Amino acid sequence: MADEKRAVVPPGPTGTTISGSATRVVMDAEEISRAVVRMAHQVLEDNHGATHLTVVGIPTRGIPLARRLAHAMEDIENRPVPLGELDVTFYRDDLRRQPTRPVGPTRMPGPIDDVVVVLVDDVLYSGRTVSAALEALKDIGRPRAVRLAVLVDRGHRELPIRADVVGRELPTAADERVRVHLAEIDGTSEVIIQRMSEEA
Amino acid sequence: MRHLLSTGELSREDALSILDLAEEMSMIREREIKKLPVLRGRTVVNLFFEDSTRTRSSFELAGKWLSADVINVSAKGSSVSKGETLRDTVRTLSAMGVDALVIRHPASGAPMQAARWTTARVVNAGDGTHAHPTQALLDAFTMRRHVRAVTGDPEADWQGRTVVIVGDISHSRVARSDVRLLPRLGARVILVAPPTLMPPGVDDWPVETSWDLDAVLPEADVVMMLRVQRERMHGAYFPTPREYTVGWGLTRERLAALRPGTAIFHPGPMNRGLEISADAADAASSRVLDQVAAGVAVRMSVLYHLLAGDPGTRPADLRPTDPKGQLA
Repeated sequence: MADEKRAVVPPGPTGTTISGSATRVVMDAEEISRAVVRMAHQVLEDNHGATHLTVVGIPTRGIPLARRLAHAMEDIENRPVPLGELDVTFYRDDLRRQPTRPVGPTRMPGPIDDVVVVLVDDVLYSGRTVSAALEALKDIGRPRAVRLAVLVDRGHRELPIRADVVGRELPTAADERVRVHLAEIDGTSEVIIQRMSEEA
Repeated sequence: MRHLLSTGELSREDALSILDLAEEMSMIREREIKKLPVLRGRTVVNLFFEDSTRTRSSFELAGKWLSADVINVSAKGSSVSKGETLRDTVRTLSAMGVDALVIRHPASGAPMQAARWTTARVVNAGDGTHAHPTQALLDAFTMRRHVRAVTGDPEADWQGRTVVIVGDISHSRVARSDVRLLPRLGARVILVAPPTLMPPGVDDWPVETSWDLDAVLPEADVVMMLRVQRERMHGAYFPTPREYTVGWGLTRERLAALRPGTAIFHPGPMNRGLEISADAADAASSRVLDQVAAGVAVRMSVLYHLLAGDPGTRPADLRPTDPKGQLA
């Protein structure tokens, strides 16, 4: 996932074919919404309800996704689901290989000791972002358990990390890029794959 | 941004980036584990040729909370007292492989010189009467927080706000650094001093000046009392301490006359009873301890900006890109 995010171009018109690459939409807005609802059901089922749950998004697109997931769970359970956001920049293993990176906010709705934290991100790829998130959580508290929910699992893991709840398994080639666009940030919601090596 | 030598050469974008990240850094104070792994394996040397409590210890805490190794070298008890030159001291420490030098020196310009003699990053922690950039940054940080608290507007900043800086302007590196930063952030700055302590050339600064404290106090959103620096005064700048207090001190009477919402700043250490009365120093509107707390967060942010990334590539603008305040 780490490399994926870095490669993302600034949000702009989507669904267009960028010169030198082929773009294909693999999930549209409705499919994303349905996937989020199913993920909410699955989290609740695994956790036996929404008690002692905190949903935590990883910037950038994990944050609106976490909000969507929490709202879906609230609709199902009729009770509030605490929501947080966790910036992992300080914990990245590639921090000093990159230009100094901007840092997003970290906000927790309360102490995370002894609650079940559901980490939410858009794409699971190398696993390095999630690894950094686990490090970051350790400095904030000691959750009873940490679960991982991602909209897309595209494979190519570099660390022993797996997701507990997945919106869509998406087998990809290493030279493809998976981009998740969400209306809250990008104006439109879709998941697209771009093949970067293909010349137009 | 390779070094932080003065606020004059700090771009507005870099300043905002440092101040915004400092907001995130300040959260660590509330945590049980005050440690971020950001500067693991980096070494920061505090090289202090002048006495200091808050600046030195806050740089030390800032480095340690970011997991850097921090050592303190002071002129007393080092080879400096044996006559070693600044150049040799800097080159010696550089040869040991340090990543950043935080330098305080009584001579204006010493950190700039040091920056030429080392591959390490240099942070000016106060040089003579020239500059104290991290103090100005923490003043800006504390002022923005104060404005946001008073207005209840989380997006409010320095725009249209007035800072009255009172006292020994001519010897004050704090005032100089504030003057080079705060107006560019949108604040209006009024300098108040006895004529003998107003620097020549002040007319060219982006500020207003006054000799009459009582006339300008009602306009202040922040009133910043400068320390009377006896160690830098080698002449008769005012007749007696008593007269200074009557003319330019934040006395109990002036404290009572401040309009609600005016914050009291002081860079410390305070001369209680001289430039600031004990009542003012301990008043509810005193933000002096907030300034101290901000100092650690701002210095963490400065060290992050200088040391965290790949040394080869550092973009100017590191402001957080994520939309804030969207928590449900």
